[in-house]
Amino acid sequence: VNPSPGTREKIEAAIREYPRQESALLAILHLLQQERGYVSEEDQKFASERLGIPIAHVAGVVSFYTMFRRRPMGRHHIQFCRTLSCQLRGCRELIEHVQKRLGIREGEVTPDGRFSLVTVECLGSCGTAPMMQVNDDYHEGLTKERVDRLLDSMK
Amino acid sequence: MTASEYRPLLLKNLHRSDSATLEAYLQSGGYRALARALKELTPEQVVEEVKTSGLRGRGGAGFPTGAKWGFMPKGPGEKYLVMNADESEPGTFKDRLLLERDPHLTLEGLLIGCYAVGCSHGFIYIRGEFVKGYHTLLRAIAEARAKGYIGRKILGSGFDCEITVYRGAGAYICGEETALLESLEGKRGHPRLKPPFPAQVGLYGKPTTVNNVETLANVPMIVENGGNWYAGIGREKNTGPKLYCLSGHVKKPGVYEFPLGIPFRELLYEHAGGMLREDHPLKAVVPGGSSVPILRADQSDVRMDFDSLAAAGTLLGSAGVIVMDDTVCIVDALLNLARFYAHESCGQCTPCREGTGWYVQILERLERGEGKSSDLDLLVDLSDRIQGNTICPLGDAVAMPVRSYVTQFREEFEHHVRHKKCLAATAPAGV
Repeated sequence: VNPSPGTREKIEAAIREYPRQESALLAILHLLQQERGYVSEEDQKFASERLGIPIAHVAGVVSFYTMFRRRPMGRHHIQFCRTLSCQLRGCRELIEHVQKRLGIREGEVTPDGRFSLVTVECLGSCGTAPMMQVNDDYHEGLTKERVDRLLDSMK
Repeated sequence: MTASEYRPLLLKNLHRSDSATLEAYLQSGGYRALARALKELTPEQVVEEVKTSGLRGRGGAGFPTGAKWGFMPKGPGEKYLVMNADESEPGTFKDRLLLERDPHLTLEGLLIGCYAVGCSHGFIYIRGEFVKGYHTLLRAIAEARAKGYIGRKILGSGFDCEITVYRGAGAYICGEETALLESLEGKRGHPRLKPPFPAQVGLYGKPTTVNNVETLANVPMIVENGGNWYAGIGREKNTGPKLYCLSGHVKKPGVYEFPLGIPFRELLYEHAGGMLREDHPLKAVVPGGSSVPILRADQSDVRMDFDSLAAAGTLLGSAGVIVMDDTVCIVDALLNLARFYAHESCGQCTPCREGTGWYVQILERLERGEGKSSDLDLLVDLSDRIQGNTICPLGDAVAMPVRSYVTQFREEFEHHVRHKKCLAATAPAGV
């Protein structure tokens, strides 16, 4: 069953937090993505029906916000910050390094589904640049060696 | 008081490893200001104290907070206060520090703000990527609710207040207050035309105030010590402590707290350890986040406050101080930012949607060595056509840096056109 009973329960709790239920749309999409790894068309239909809002509205929201993914990504989804402060501290070299190491380009997933890589705009961690976010976690003050150790530890 | 003797007020709890807990916060006098507000002051008196303090918004615009609260209609009725924790301005990372390390300080500020404007449901709009900050806030709210700081009849008073944390999902534009409200209503973050202003027509069409995290973090100390005490910190019309975010080619990047008005050179050379590499001197500084005009090294003898930086032709903005040494190619740095704004434009207004794409194309061809001398004027002309002609300030936020980079470093752009490569010390074109 999709979404699972556990996710459905969290969705109902999210809806109760807001004075108007349509405010829960982003929270619902976050929960659906957490379960599936991305937001599918089926998920969008579910959100649309649960909140009583047009599917076009849901699709518009999903495509507007960069955190919502519309296709499966790796188990470890790497988001490398590319904005100015990180660039000044060498993120381009590190992004090139990660691409070579994983054998994928930006936007791709490794064939074993272990890693995916995208570059993203400023993650608000400029004082510890260069940095990347892998799934929910920030990894800051990166060097090639530190990136290698982190990637090795992610199975 | 010199800056070296300055004792932090906003970051005073951060020396403790357990600074995010309610216990630590209470031990440093936390929630005393909320108790004082509820027991000794009327909402109008809280607004008056904040007006007296001179506190100006720390999100970027520097608008007086007390005046903003004063715009909210008096009396009963559905109203909202939203803490803007969608920190996304490149070069800025102060709110994240407060949210992760001292969440109760931000909550206390939000609760006092809710009391002041007569709102019984406050929201925190946190950017989606701040997962750690989100969970820290949820824990802090649960702790505060269990002790009666959030919920019904707070501290035995007649004041009820609920707090809901709302996660964004990756959109710079949602830091703009009306885009934030659209997003909170479960929509795409498209900024609204003003007027009407949120204080009249905000969240769900009801009166709403949006305040930055750092702004609200200043409120408890104002309520506890009085507006006059606060107004004695910093400089005239630029009062209070300020969090400065130093990044780029700095030896000790990070968040520094000093009174508004600290000289930039003192901040960089005395506190942040100076330039990253001894043999590469300062070339340029962006003093207030990526959206403000750049200053050349010879223009950097400035004080870091709203009015001093405005007089110097730039802005304090979010105090995201991006430091660049002489290895930086200015064309390359600007292209990085142009790509940022092109990606983050919401697409509503033609000048911004199309103009940001033009910037990228023109700067890419300059970087490739295919630029024309007319491109320099075209970049400035584009800025003139975007600025002031869009619904929200994102248009201005890209037009200002582009115009200033081209104007302040014109010879570098010309060098790209004539010699098809960079003037900068080490960075070749296109790297």
